This record gives sequence, C-alpha cells and structure tokens, in this order.
Amino acid sequence: MKADHFLIAKKKFKSRLIVGTGKYKSMSECAKAIEISGADIVTVAVRRVNISDKKKPLLMDYINPKKITYLPNTAGCFNSIEALRTLRLAREIGGWKLVKLEVLGDKKNLFPDMIETLKSTEILSKEGFKVMVYCTDDPLMAKRLENVGACAIMPLAAPIGSGLGIQNQTNIKIIRSQTKLPLIIDAGLGQASDAVIAMELGCDGVLVNTAIAKAKKPFEMAKAMKHAVISGRYSYLSGRILKSDYAKPSSPLKGLI
Amino acid sequence: MKKIKKIKIKVNGKISIISNDLTLLAYIKKLKIPLNKVAIELNCEIIDKNELKNFKIKKNDKIEIVHFIGGG
Repeated sequence: MKADHFLIAKKKFKSRLIVGTGKYKSMSECAKAIEISGADIVTVAVRRVNISDKKKPLLMDYINPKKITYLPNTAGCFNSIEALRTLRLAREIGGWKLVKLEVLGDKKNLFPDMIETLKSTEILSKEGFKVMVYCTDDPLMAKRLENVGACAIMPLAAPIGSGLGIQNQTNIKIIRSQTKLPLIIDAGLGQASDAVIAMELGCDGVLVNTAIAKAKKPFEMAKAMKHAVISGRYSYLSGRILKSDYAKPSSPLKGLI
Repeated sequence: MKKIKKIKIKVNGKISIISNDLTLLAYIKKLKIPLNKVAIELNCEIIDKNELKNFKIKKNDKIEIVHFIGGG
C-alpha cells in the first residue's frame, strides 16, 4: 500500500486527530491529554491578555508551538469583520497563516453562518491565509468554499459540544466524493466510535475537543480517540466487504463430516 | 524637575491612567508582557511588533493586547 500521508496546505502531519484545547480543568491536564492523543495540531482561541493578573499561566508555557502546530480559530465570532480581525491578530502573534475559520450565526446551536463564512474565506485566502473552514454539511456550500480558496473543509457532525455523532452520513459521503481537499469532521463527536465512523466515511481527519475534555477520564478518551482515528482510517483504506442480507459461512463446506 | 503628565487610555476594555511619555513598546514592557506571545492593536489597527517603539501613546488611545488561550 502506498504511503498514507495527511497533508494540509502541503504540510505533512503525523496524526489525523486534531484536538481542541478548550474546556479542560487545567492547562496541565490539557497538555497531557494532547500528548496522549498523539495530535500534532491543536486549535487555540485568541483572547485579551489579563493585564491585572499576569501570574495567570499562558497556553504557550504548556504547549510548545514549536512542537505542536497551533491552529488559531475564530470561535465566538459572529460576523466576518470579527473573524478577520481575530485571524489577522493571530497572524501577528507569531506568523500563523494556517487557521481555522468559524463564523457562528446562531447562539443556541452554534451553527455556522455560511454567508459570512464564505465571504471571510475568500478574503482570508486572498490575504495569504491557509483557511480550514468550519461549515455546515451542505455539499453545495462545501463546493463554494473550495472554489474561493479553502484549504480544508470541516463540516460539523452535530452541534458543537453536543456529543451526538454524525447526523447526516449521506452528506458527508457526498462531500467526500466531490472534493480532494482534506475533509475533517469538526464538532459534535461524543465517543471513539463516532470518530471511527467519520474516518470510515473517508474523512481525512477529525477534530475533537469536548468529547475528550469533558469525559470523566479525559486521558482515557484521548487514547481512545487516537486509536479510533487510526482504526477508522485503516478500515476505510482496507475496502470493506459488501453488505448482504443473507449469511455466508466462514468455514468451507467441502470435507464436512 | 519637569512634572510628567498623566493621560487616560483604554487597555483591553478597561480605563488606565499612564504617563504621557510612553511608546507602545515601553508600555508593553512595563506591563511585563512577553512580546513573542501577544499581538497588539492600537485604535483598531494591528501594529507590527517591530514598530511598537515608533508609536507614542496618546490621550484616549484604545489598546488591545491579545494572546492564545485554550479553545475548540
């Protein structure tokens, strides 16, 4: 079998599991979960520095951006202007050009506003950003994002943090069949089997945050997700058997006594 | 001795009173914020970190200092 590389914007990554760094009890717990997960990309948010409490630990003190790729996101942005401002600031922190765009349109479900997302993707791509885009699982919108320069398509499995798993496998399959861009399931996974399903559908990777950070034992779930992604990928590449409504014996009938 | 005047500015949404002789670079250093871990905006414009010394802080300036935190 030829080498199975995970490439995003021409950069090679070892793990197909991308991990979010939010919602952990502490930064040390977050750092350990990342290490166990084997992820080499983590999402991070851009926020104001607490200038009145400078003793507060900084993310970069726990997760070394020289070893782990930081993927700045625009979580919490509800329009194109906010998202563009956030990612331009992220770039200024230290030259980050590979970013995750997430423009939300609805506070209750945190669904992406695809009009603002499409607009932002086009502007950011023209500015030289490599934009991985959180989006709905709509194949037509996925195609339009690709056309305006997205470097990865990241449809939601289900609402962010819901843990419901993939709600529309058909759409994910259609998006898979129409694009050669990295397809990464982002948001809504709850357990390892959800990640396996995503990978078996042909996705190139998954992004998991809440499912690990809020599991009763985050380190165990980090391990489970790591193996789920590897397992699902091998399963997809193996070429599964056709489904049949009838039994087919596993032992030969010839020579039966 | 020349008396240093104080000015009112807004930093990360909060009012701050500082002396009127500071550049952005001097102010960030005074706050003991590691420059390699932040980005700085002055009046909604991102300032190249190599240029901070060229911006003198003025009355009513709005400064934003941001960094990376945990997020999904």
